[in-house]
Amino acid sequence: MTPETKTPTHGAQGMRLIEVRDLQKTFDTRDGELSVLEGIDLTVRESEIVALLGKSGSGKSTLLRCIAGLIPPSEGLVLYREQPFVGTNPGVGMVFQSFALLPWLTVQQNVELGLEAQGIEPEPRARRAVAAIDTIGLDGFESAYPKELSGGMRQRVGFARALVMEPDVLLMDEPFSALDVLTSENLRTELLELWADGEFPTEAMLMVTHNIEEAVQFADRIVVLGTNPGRVRAEVAVDLDRPRDRRAPGFEALLDRIYAIMTGREAREPGSPTVAAPTTAAGSESRPAMLPHASVDGFSGLLEILRDAGGDTDLADLADDISLDVDDLLPLVDACLMLGFATTSEGRLRITEQGRGFADADIQESKQLFAGVAMERVPFMRTVRQSLDHADDGALKVGFFLDILRRSFSGEEAQAQLEVAIDWGRYGELYEYDSQTEELTRNLEERPG
Amino acid sequence: MNPDRTFPSPDALRRLPFGPLDLAVFAVILIGLLLLLEVGRGATVSFAPTQVTTISTDPANLPYYAARSLLRMFVALGFSVLFTLGYGYLAARSRRAEKILVPALDILQSVPVLGFLSVTVTAFIALFPGSLLGLECASIFAIFTAQAWNMTFSFYHSVRALPRELDEVSRSLRLTRWQRFWKIEVPNSMVGLVWNGMMSFGGGWFFLAASEAISVLNRHYALPGIGSYVATAVDHGEMGKVGLGIATMVVMILAVNVFFWRPLTAWAERFKLEESAAAEQQGSLVLNLLRRTSWPRLLGAARRPVTERVGRLMRVLGRDGTAPLSVPARQTRRGDLIFGVLVGVPLAYGLYRLIAYVGADGYGVLPEAFGLGAITFGRVCVLLVIGTVIWVPVGVWIGLNPRVARLAQPIVQVLASFPANFLFPFATLAFIKTGLSLNVGGILLMSLGAQWYILFNTIAGAMAIPTDLREAADVAGLHGWNRWRRLIIPGIFPAYVTGGITASGGAWNASIVAEVVTYGGTTLTASGLGAFIAGAAEDGDFHKILAGVMVMSIYVVGLNRLFWRRLYGLAETRYSL
Repeated sequence: MTPETKTPTHGAQGMRLIEVRDLQKTFDTRDGELSVLEGIDLTVRESEIVALLGKSGSGKSTLLRCIAGLIPPSEGLVLYREQPFVGTNPGVGMVFQSFALLPWLTVQQNVELGLEAQGIEPEPRARRAVAAIDTIGLDGFESAYPKELSGGMRQRVGFARALVMEPDVLLMDEPFSALDVLTSENLRTELLELWADGEFPTEAMLMVTHNIEEAVQFADRIVVLGTNPGRVRAEVAVDLDRPRDRRAPGFEALLDRIYAIMTGREAREPGSPTVAAPTTAAGSESRPAMLPHASVDGFSGLLEILRDAGGDTDLADLADDISLDVDDLLPLVDACLMLGFATTSEGRLRITEQGRGFADADIQESKQLFAGVAMERVPFMRTVRQSLDHADDGALKVGFFLDILRRSFSGEEAQAQLEVAIDWGRYGELYEYDSQTEELTRNLEERPG
Repeated sequence: MNPDRTFPSPDALRRLPFGPLDLAVFAVILIGLLLLLEVGRGATVSFAPTQVTTISTDPANLPYYAARSLLRMFVALGFSVLFTLGYGYLAARSRRAEKILVPALDILQSVPVLGFLSVTVTAFIALFPGSLLGLECASIFAIFTAQAWNMTFSFYHSVRALPRELDEVSRSLRLTRWQRFWKIEVPNSMVGLVWNGMMSFGGGWFFLAASEAISVLNRHYALPGIGSYVATAVDHGEMGKVGLGIATMVVMILAVNVFFWRPLTAWAERFKLEESAAAEQQGSLVLNLLRRTSWPRLLGAARRPVTERVGRLMRVLGRDGTAPLSVPARQTRRGDLIFGVLVGVPLAYGLYRLIAYVGADGYGVLPEAFGLGAITFGRVCVLLVIGTVIWVPVGVWIGLNPRVARLAQPIVQVLASFPANFLFPFATLAFIKTGLSLNVGGILLMSLGAQWYILFNTIAGAMAIPTDLREAADVAGLHGWNRWRRLIIPGIFPAYVTGGITASGGAWNASIVAEVVTYGGTTLTASGLGAFIAGAAEDGDFHKILAGVMVMSIYVVGLNRLFWRRLYGLAETRYSL
């Protein structure tokens, strides 16, 4: 392949290497099926880098594993070179977030595994492995064990193991998120250089990430997935020249646009701030509002920072300033939106009157204010409190509420939802949870003993 | 050795809930034993011992006897490893096989194998008429039963709990099945396998001592070995030589630990999955010495072409990641149905035969066995209470003093390995002298082997209490009973329960040799289920043996299910650190 073929195409040219058609993925729960991915259409063509961007719980890793043939889709098709396949996808290599190296094998043995499985003789096997190890910048480490390597070096082994098989498409599941900032930056840049030089033995790359900046820096095309259930919310072509400068105006504008998409308000009518609860905008209307995985401490901290920043700030800048990952920041933002403490528009976050009141209040006042708002705006917390009010002794087993949650969420998510609801309810002194009896109670003072 | 590990490893105790299936499997195992009985009984008619082995108590024979015993232990270990890999793999990888194999293993663990020694001896003699090989096999089989179950559970759970990414690596690279097994599944299980192997090997000494010299149908069989040496010395009343045998035993246990298990555990360190190098590396002088020689390199070079060729041959077993991800539901159901019929029909017939067999001499034997079981149950309870009261405070003291713990842990491990039945003659002599009834003394005999598991696991539990928790308790001014209630008891609870289960199981098994003891010409007998089974074995009354073993299994399984498992569940949910 020549370097020219590596220039971004994002058009209809290029062979369709991978096609996903109307893919659904549901998981079985006690009360029936729970949909994680719905109506996904996706194409990966020759010579392009695609990023799958989404919050945690958007099913982006699930989608990647469906494409790799590691888990079966519930409905729909995954095609490799326009053909369905049995078992794992024969045209892909996989790089894992956790590296997934075998610690009892040396670097070279790890890289040789797949070649050995193909029945390749020891000699050519070793030659190809060493070549891949050299390409990825690991020469000299052939006989080292993964434990002796730094995180960045380990992920290089992960890349070498996938690349030595010369797959058509390299699938990457958050390949840089376990590395520190400098290391990941370094590795990303080197990979892009190899790609640009045409030294990469693959035809295309598909990367899952929750890091917006990484996606903008890396990809020719960004596919944004929404949450619960995951649907393709937007596809954004990245037309910036490589190597990309993150201080360039085009880069920042794109960053802001994607932040806007990720926080739920894809600017259909530019300039109009949205105040609706974020989860209704986020996808299915039939679902009860999903509680963001945010602690009270977390979002009240965010509100204080927001207040101190003048009550209005750019989300991308904010993330940068307090060096929080999108995965950590967005739940806090969602919590503020849900409670009406803030609004967003065009990638900016604004504090509301109520939010300012909450941030300024002393601890007792803020608890009262929070309790009032929560009862008004968080349906599940209202349900809990009202159920407890109607219970004879003001106490109910936690399983009762879990059953309610399981109608809408997977078992694990239902548990997470309950934990958030307990955390919030405790803060607002709406109800208490006793881990000994596994009961929610209206309030400790109201119960004798 | 890993100081803060408990035995058995937690995964050996985490099981499926007890259901009708478990009962069915229980029946299958008893039916299997019934088949063994039939074979054995046929053998007793035709068996004429052509070789009568005499065991000499001349100390000059000791090295030879010790070597024979050691060989038996390692042969049994080899079979245990083979069994573990095969059975554990099948249980972990086949959904249908798992349904049968896992409950079966659970029950097998609770069956008092010592009760069946006489049966297995006759069965194996029938297999190898006119040679000592039958006796040899019976002894090895007894040791095997002490080693295999915990190792198998450990392996099964490791394969089941293979980290998701490693499974995905294997499938996306389409490794061969052979590669997946040897490069991923076995290495991933290695740490648990070695630890459980070491501890189970220690438990095997007891069975070695009990199985080398045995009386069936009033005929005495003996194999050359350390166990029969001590047994013969006891018969002759030569206490000094019993002491010599014991000393040899201690040397053997220590040597095996230093030259075999310690290097093995140190070597197994490389199979730990933690990404970073551990703070406290396990060291072994012997292993370091070996590593400095050129043997590992030479062996590796010699092995490589062989493994390469074998790996190539084993490609016929297929490759990972090539099977369809989902199988049509109807096809699955049909397979389940066929499997159910294939298993169910023989099971129903066998169950019918079993009931008929036990009841051949009338079912009156069952209430009698249950009654005697209650007495033995009482002994087990007293033993556990006393063992707890004595050893928990000691264990906590040792565990909370790291320097003491480092010294004490290997000693306790050796004590737990030491076959308690070697000490029985001394205790018996004391009982005869003082006139103490074996009904009471039996408790002491049973506890000689069992109590160490409580101590061992309590130490491990106390060592695992995080230092910052202890410091927090100091700062909060927790002293005396409050410190125990808030910090220590919750901290050691899971490990203590593990020890309790093992001690209780060990005590039941030991009751078979502890409720009837002989010294010189004097035989003491306690009333209990152990004595009932031992007596039936002596008389060769197979109906009674089967009834007795069945009842004892019911007691052990019941106690585990109703008491220990519940405590363990509590320990896991409430008190896990």
